[in-house]
Amino acid sequence: MLGRTANSLFWMFRYLERAENTARLLEAALRMALTRDIVAAEAEWRSVIATLGLQGQYEAAHDGYDGVSVWNFVLRAPGNPGNVRAMFGAVRSNARAARINISSDVWEAVNANWMKLDTLLARPVGPTAVGEVLGAIRRAGTQVHGAFDGSILRDEGYHFSRAGTFIERADSTARILDMKYFLLLPSLSYVGSSLDTGQWEQVLRSVAGARVYAWLNAGQIEARGIVEFLVLDDRFPRSLAFCRNALRENLAALARMHGAEGQAASLMRDADTRISSLTVDQIFDQGLHEFLVDFLARNAAIAQAIAQDYRFLA
Amino acid sequence: MSGGTGNFDEMFDSNGQTRPAYQDYCRWYGEQPPDLMRRKNREADDTFRRTGITFNVYGENEAEERLIPFDMVPRIITANEWRKLSRGIEQRVRALNSFLYDLYHRQEIVRAGRLPERLLRTNDAWLANMVGFTPPGGIYTHIVGIDLVRTGPDEFFVLEDNARTPSGVSYMLENRETMMAMFPDLFSRIAVESVSNYPRRLARSLAACVPPAFTGGKPTVAVLTPGIYNSAYFEHAFLADQMGAELVEGSDLRVVGGRVQMRTTRGFKPIDVLYRRVDDDFLDPLTFNPESALGVPGIMDVYRAGGITIANAPGTGISDDKAIYSFMPEIVEFYTGEKPLLPNVQTWRCADPDSLAYVLDNLAELVVKEVHGSGGYGMLIGPTSSKREISAFREKLKAKPENYIAQPTLALSTCPIYTAKGLAPRHLDLRPFVLVSPEGIDITPGGLTRVALKKGSLVVNSSQGGGTKDTWVLKD
Repeated sequence: MLGRTANSLFWMFRYLERAENTARLLEAALRMALTRDIVAAEAEWRSVIATLGLQGQYEAAHDGYDGVSVWNFVLRAPGNPGNVRAMFGAVRSNARAARINISSDVWEAVNANWMKLDTLLARPVGPTAVGEVLGAIRRAGTQVHGAFDGSILRDEGYHFSRAGTFIERADSTARILDMKYFLLLPSLSYVGSSLDTGQWEQVLRSVAGARVYAWLNAGQIEARGIVEFLVLDDRFPRSLAFCRNALRENLAALARMHGAEGQAASLMRDADTRISSLTVDQIFDQGLHEFLVDFLARNAAIAQAIAQDYRFLA
Repeated sequence: MSGGTGNFDEMFDSNGQTRPAYQDYCRWYGEQPPDLMRRKNREADDTFRRTGITFNVYGENEAEERLIPFDMVPRIITANEWRKLSRGIEQRVRALNSFLYDLYHRQEIVRAGRLPERLLRTNDAWLANMVGFTPPGGIYTHIVGIDLVRTGPDEFFVLEDNARTPSGVSYMLENRETMMAMFPDLFSRIAVESVSNYPRRLARSLAACVPPAFTGGKPTVAVLTPGIYNSAYFEHAFLADQMGAELVEGSDLRVVGGRVQMRTTRGFKPIDVLYRRVDDDFLDPLTFNPESALGVPGIMDVYRAGGITIANAPGTGISDDKAIYSFMPEIVEFYTGEKPLLPNVQTWRCADPDSLAYVLDNLAELVVKEVHGSGGYGMLIGPTSSKREISAFREKLKAKPENYIAQPTLALSTCPIYTAKGLAPRHLDLRPFVLVSPEGIDITPGGLTRVALKKGSLVVNSSQGGGTKDTWVLKD
């Protein structure tokens, strides 16, 4: 496979994942804002922009934080080059560039969803439409992954695609956790009163884990449990442990196919030794924020090493 | 000159009777419920959009992807008509290859006084560094598209030869797929020659032209595209996909160890045959346009040393020139020793003072084309142009007469298209696709029918709003 094609597949799935995660983040904030007073709602929208690292760009265009401004900025504003509409454009142009290495099913799922979303996002999204738009973004991801799973040859292209998905997903979960880490610190959570479980639930919703968490914990919600679930529970497909395991398998498969391990595989091993035997108490002892910052840096380094190992760029 | 009266119609004769080629189709059409065609028309549009069969148009602002409008009424050719056409096409393509070989070797045709040497010297498509070089297998034009027009029952003319990088074959294939998906019963009732093995034939044809450096095993074939923003990117990806070839861009390629190699995830891998869809000018920044980022520095040296086959060969573009076209009857006779089976359209070379005078006197009746132009750009269609347009063109013509040729405005044949108000005749042409390899000349039955969608219009180019039809050659 061409290095450029591997790069296209990797980024096609990174952008697809990023669009889906952004939609989930907005959905969780939307729900939160609806059940809060105006001050809390504003704080919620502010934290969405902060999680996405868009404060500077957003504040250059807007004076305050309200739902309509925030979601339009995130979804479609030209002043935000990384908006969801542009992400989908990038999903499609990468799919086009890798057209001969993906199946027609995958291409048609990408193309049909791009046509739909590009039209939906061509105009400002109002409060009555936002739910439908966010749902459509999530479904686009589901459809592409579905077509992918059922029709893609399990060759190196498959593993580059999956690596892109898990690198991006781990990045997203870690960022969401980091933005809310102060809510989850044990010392604060025991103080109790002003921080209610609604905030915690919101974190879980952002990563589509609220229902599963409630089921696993008989409806009891507490900060430690949430961190353990999102970092260490390798059964939950958006946890950091799950993404690491999946990525390790993808890298191992690539090494088998190429007959040699690259730099990415050894960075992966280093990172693994740090996370595999950790307990949630150790994470809190070390500092949740410090742990997450380290995780994000290693994740980014692995992504860069994959690009180098497999000659993504000239 | 407008559609309807006076033109040859492919479907109906002058008494309104269905011609033999269309009888089975028209019977089927008459049996369909009235809303079927309307429903299917929408369905076709959705299919093309979803599958992304588009071409890019460069407007004033940004590149926009458009569909080439597809018409559901097929253009039908009888087995007998096709036999005659294919003999003429084969003869012409054989002559084109011999002509190109001669131009880049002894130039017998110039020595014999049958072609003015000036036409080579003044032509940008002439490549001096191809002189004395013989491409692998002696093949220059691996893929050719011959544009044909019809004016009567037995009157077919060649309007243009496309030997540089003919496009549109993906539409030939997708139009058939779409028709079969929409109207399966039609194909069980009428026996139509298949076109679907074109990609396999193309792959075989290209693999038959390996360069001297080929080391055995399965030849590595790659399609070179300018990239996803090129107007024909869909076709490049489609052909690579169907052939099982790699789809490469200039940035993927590099000359390593005397071979052109592509950057794979495992390192560099040599390419044996490169089906390039970029023009000569952009092929090698060391030899041609130094600004080009689409090509491969040094590829021409590798080519001349036998390290790679380039299809079509660099320098073939000269035979697309419309001044050269005007000599095609002489060219066919010179190299085949036979009279041309397919005639040219009468052509006045404006470089010639007598012809120029005639053309200037009759601009309102003529079609004037730039000799190096293509895609329907930069031409004048006298009968449909305003006085102002004609007088503006007159000045351009007088300033550089050798840049132009003129032809009579042909009474192009029509064929009905489906419109909201039912069937309506529109002008069309036909581009059959021809593969050339040391194993022989291979013509896919049918080709791409391009159709003007505006009533009376004679311009069928997709860049100018033309559409396409599925093209059927009936089995005996």
